[in-house]
Amino acid sequence: MNKNYIYILIMAGVSFLIRALPMTLFRKQIKSKFIQSFLYYVPYVTLSVMTFPAIVNATQNKISGVAALVVGILAAWFGADLFKTAVACCGVVFLLELFM
Amino acid sequence: MKTYSLKQNKSAIVQGFRDGIPIGLGYFAVAFSLGIAAKNAGLTPFQAFLTSALCHASAGEYAGFTVIAAAASFLEMATITLIANARYLLMSCAMSQRIDREMPFFHRLIMSFFITDELFGIAIARPGYLNPWYSYGAILFASPCWAVGTALGAIAGNLLPLRLVSAFSVALYGMFLAIFIPPARKNKVILGIVVLCFVCSGLASVLPVISAWSEGTRTIILTLIISAGAALLFPRKTDEEVPAHE
Repeated sequence: MNKNYIYILIMAGVSFLIRALPMTLFRKQIKSKFIQSFLYYVPYVTLSVMTFPAIVNATQNKISGVAALVVGILAAWFGADLFKTAVACCGVVFLLELFM
Repeated sequence: MKTYSLKQNKSAIVQGFRDGIPIGLGYFAVAFSLGIAAKNAGLTPFQAFLTSALCHASAGEYAGFTVIAAAASFLEMATITLIANARYLLMSCAMSQRIDREMPFFHRLIMSFFITDELFGIAIARPGYLNPWYSYGAILFASPCWAVGTALGAIAGNLLPLRLVSAFSVALYGMFLAIFIPPARKNKVILGIVVLCFVCSGLASVLPVISAWSEGTRTIILTLIISAGAALLFPRKTDEEVPAHE
């Protein structure tokens, strides 16, 4: 049982180092145009990659997952903020799955 | 000069807290199922809580629980945690470029501790320098949801109706959409990249060999390739000192 705490500490330590090293080591603006551009695109790419196809497989039913994707894209496209977009996605899944 | 005291940043905390609510709800549902995995791996509810409070990583924690279940070596635990969480290294790099040099150093450490897909996403989506207090506002709601959700999952396995879990589980993705769709609408390059990401990610999840890799690994590889390609083909102008959200 105590061994579990060692496992947890290792997980916590490695997780923190990965997150903290770049933030603490890169104190200055990076000059390279390539790296600047690369880091500029990273958030959009990571989030897009993580959203699809995961959203379709997250629900009980693929149809409601696809509906959540479409509704989310439309809501965000027409200016809904984080909270409203998330609620719209959850709502459409809940409603559709009531009837399936 | 921008200040980083609590007093001046109340509105940032409130805004962060508000944006943290959908994250927290999504976390709760995911954490609940993670708690079930923790229990199956032989962790107590307190240990499950502690893991989530210290690690804040769904895929990383899940991978870790499989290591505990298999009673594998500590080295294996470190390696798997490193691989499953490697994308946070990229996120931390991206965040380091959006930090005001006037900001006290300890904020960097606290913000680093709480880098997750979602908290990174909402922080980086705001224009200009990152405001640590905005992040803390979101953390204030989202982090307890994550840790408590894991503990409850370990205690009470299947209490939450499946229908609610199913609905909550898309909250995170809805937020992701709200982060990258508006800039994609305004910027054709980003729009093209988003479409490309969807296609590549969809393919990667069904193609033989690649689909056998973990989701975390696929995310890292696709992020590296697509971002590097975009940076080569569509470099940003160097005179922008802070890449503003478009």
